[in-house]
Amino acid sequence: MLGKLDWSAVPFDQPIPLGAALIVFLAAVAVLIWVTVKGYWPYLWHEWITSVDHKRIGVMYIVLAALMLFRGFVDAVMMRTQQVLAIHGPGYLPPEHYDQVFSAHGTIMIFFAAMPFVIGLMNFVMPLQLGIRDVAFPTLNSVSFWLTATGALLVNISLVVGEFARTGWLPYAPLSETTYSPGVGVDYYLWSIQISGVGTLLTGVNLATTILKMRAPGMGYLHMPMFCWTSLASNLLIVAAFPILTATLAMLTLDRYLGFHFFTNEAGGNQMMFMNLIWAWGHPEVYILVLPAFGIYSEIFSTFSSKPLFGYRSMVAATLFICIVSFMVWLHHFFTMGAGADVNAAFGIATSVIAVGTGVKIYNWLFTMYGGRVRFDTPMLWALAFVTTFIIGGMTGVLLAVPPADFMLHNSLFLVAHFHNVIISGVLFAAFAGLTYWFPKAFGFRLHEGWGKAAFWFTLAGYVLVFVPLYIVGLLGMTRRLQHIDMDLWTPWLVVAAFGIAVMIVGAGCQVAQLIVSIRHRDELRDETGDPWDGRTLEWSTSSPPPFFNYARLPYVENEEPYWTVKQRALDGQAPADHESYEPVEMPRNSPTGFVAAFFSTLIGFALIWHIWWLAIVGFLGAYATFVVFAWREHGDYEIPADEVERIDRDGRAAQLAWMRKRERVA
Amino acid sequence: MTDVTAGSAIREPYRPGQSGAHGHGLFSATGHGKGGPASKFVTAAYGFWIFLLSDIIMFSAFFASFAVLSQATAGGPTGKELFEFPRIAAQTGLLLTSSFTGGLATLATHRRSIAATQFWLLVTGLLGAGFLFLEVQEFATMASEQAGPSRSAFLSAFFALVGCHGTHVGLGLLWLGTMMAQLWVKGFRPDLLRRLHCFGLFWHALDIIWIAIFTLVYLLGASP
Repeated sequence: MLGKLDWSAVPFDQPIPLGAALIVFLAAVAVLIWVTVKGYWPYLWHEWITSVDHKRIGVMYIVLAALMLFRGFVDAVMMRTQQVLAIHGPGYLPPEHYDQVFSAHGTIMIFFAAMPFVIGLMNFVMPLQLGIRDVAFPTLNSVSFWLTATGALLVNISLVVGEFARTGWLPYAPLSETTYSPGVGVDYYLWSIQISGVGTLLTGVNLATTILKMRAPGMGYLHMPMFCWTSLASNLLIVAAFPILTATLAMLTLDRYLGFHFFTNEAGGNQMMFMNLIWAWGHPEVYILVLPAFGIYSEIFSTFSSKPLFGYRSMVAATLFICIVSFMVWLHHFFTMGAGADVNAAFGIATSVIAVGTGVKIYNWLFTMYGGRVRFDTPMLWALAFVTTFIIGGMTGVLLAVPPADFMLHNSLFLVAHFHNVIISGVLFAAFAGLTYWFPKAFGFRLHEGWGKAAFWFTLAGYVLVFVPLYIVGLLGMTRRLQHIDMDLWTPWLVVAAFGIAVMIVGAGCQVAQLIVSIRHRDELRDETGDPWDGRTLEWSTSSPPPFFNYARLPYVENEEPYWTVKQRALDGQAPADHESYEPVEMPRNSPTGFVAAFFSTLIGFALIWHIWWLAIVGFLGAYATFVVFAWREHGDYEIPADEVERIDRDGRAAQLAWMRKRERVA
Repeated sequence: MTDVTAGSAIREPYRPGQSGAHGHGLFSATGHGKGGPASKFVTAAYGFWIFLLSDIIMFSAFFASFAVLSQATAGGPTGKELFEFPRIAAQTGLLLTSSFTGGLATLATHRRSIAATQFWLLVTGLLGAGFLFLEVQEFATMASEQAGPSRSAFLSAFFALVGCHGTHVGLGLLWLGTMMAQLWVKGFRPDLLRRLHCFGLFWHALDIIWIAIFTLVYLLGASP
């Protein structure tokens, strides 16, 4: 009846996961009770859960990402402390638990923290920057989000029901085959990543279509803001790379469930094919994450230097160059495979060459600041820290791209330090910078600057203190994923790294404090104008938060900085023209399709993990029924009458117009 | 000051673009260049195209794994011993004909003839079901001859690649049946017209993938 599931799946004898699960469970129950007591369910259901508004979905993505970032950070703290406590001793995490912790850390950080954060920002910002009202397929967008949430839910269920994979964040075969991983850990990995991967793929299709087919009138490709360009490249990479992940995980699933021999030791299976396939997805994935981050930095450097982005066209070219070359470097993840000197040399050169594209971008950002009036607000601080530290990470990457050096440093903590160096400054700092930058647009008030700066300095200091020692112990020969340590040579550096993570905890605390303080003081931090940073792109032309239809009229775009142009004309004495007439606006209706489909896919995933076949069939039937009901609905859109549009638009623009007139007088 | 370009001739930055259909663009707007958002029909078809490209990339991963593992028979039967050409020829004939009848259904849709559309969709579905029946028969025969997917890596790759295509055909039939029921109840609604168009794209893409399977798996696999 329940397949492999019974009470032995719950780790009653292990206090750490049980305690953690209990805390999470109690917190969830507390939140549910609070929502029920306050009577927020109708609001949550109508305004958020069933919403197909790209802004709401973007915010939900970021909330999911923040929660998972916290979970992954707890795993990181556990690893750093274990390695200090387990010098000549067992530490507090037994090997089988430690293996799950580092596997869960990588999986959660990449798939459920970094990806949702980046996709959330793209979702929120990109349609606003393109001057349109929603993405190409709004309901599909909601489905994508809820499928991602399903994956995150399954990973966290593994904390208390069963176990998670002990294979690392990429389940290398044959370790991940049933012979060596008979438990449900790898199955949790496979189904949670497969389900959320489908969500990501659909996002890629959706957002790429949006950018290619739905820009505001007048916005040719070379009028798109840089964030839209990098989003386009990132989503094209999703479309091109995620199907490979789907196929690879499907092959491993077939091996595990139906006795296939893709990657097994027996019957002609080929383990190196797993490496090749997974990294043919995995390396483009790196750029899926970092390209939108480059876009965020481009917007921030330009805005806070009060200058147009330097070398716009070269930036576009560099982005597309990276987009293409990212598919030609995957083998550098396993130079030690034994492909031979010629193959390794080709991939080593390709890897060094891809750094040229990033180098072009770095110079463009530096020249954007040169001669500008640079303002050091929190987003700009994150961006500056990115440029300085990312260069170091990039340099060590080019070092690792040299095959002979890689043979020495392969699987060492030097490698671990390298990829954390690039991914934290590249993606995480961009996420924080983007969050601070666009937060006022989403909620109508700014984040508290003092707490933001404190969070920045503690995070930056902690990050340097953790990863510089890891570079050093890597050079001293320490390999990754060690559960206990017997080398006194490494001890001082591991202690420094543990101190660094303590500093990062303070940074994380400042982030939470920043949010709480900002919400409490939201009236003082209110953004009346819709343009708190003196922005240049279209999203700052609408009110903060924007009306649900974004723009009463689609703006007409003449260059890559349309809103800056409007403001300059206002300064030249040409007051922004009032809309003479309004037209009705057609918007998509809310739909519970995404939520219901995710409910059934959770059932499917859980049932397949535990071999509860009847429940899986129920889940599939339910998912099919959900889509039939969606296909059968009478009205997908509804019309907002012109006078309603006019009322909302005039309310939103009144403060903006007042501000512009005031600025006009000053000028 | 003289305005030279068409864009700067209008100083009003909020100029309504080509938003005749409430911001969703005109049916004729293609969405490229500076023409503003495309119509829903164009957007849906274009998005579905991108999805199909991603699907083809997924197949390419299965093709690649088949190429790597095609000699890894582990002492078991080879393609030459297993593949039965009369059945494969019949399968190919059925699927290619179903693509043709699918095209006839599209033409009937353009004429807005519900009866003809339903008839040709039904024929398309039956041909697809015939294809699927033969494929299941082939799989069952191989499995009964100790040549199932667990026998060797070559057979794993074969069953996964061909089975993935078969699954797509099966899901296509489910989609087709659902659409026919909807067409019967609701007639030609705009959303259904978009989906019929996407189904046409999907069905032809499956044909293209089958031609690759026919060539790379069956013809090359059975050649001396």
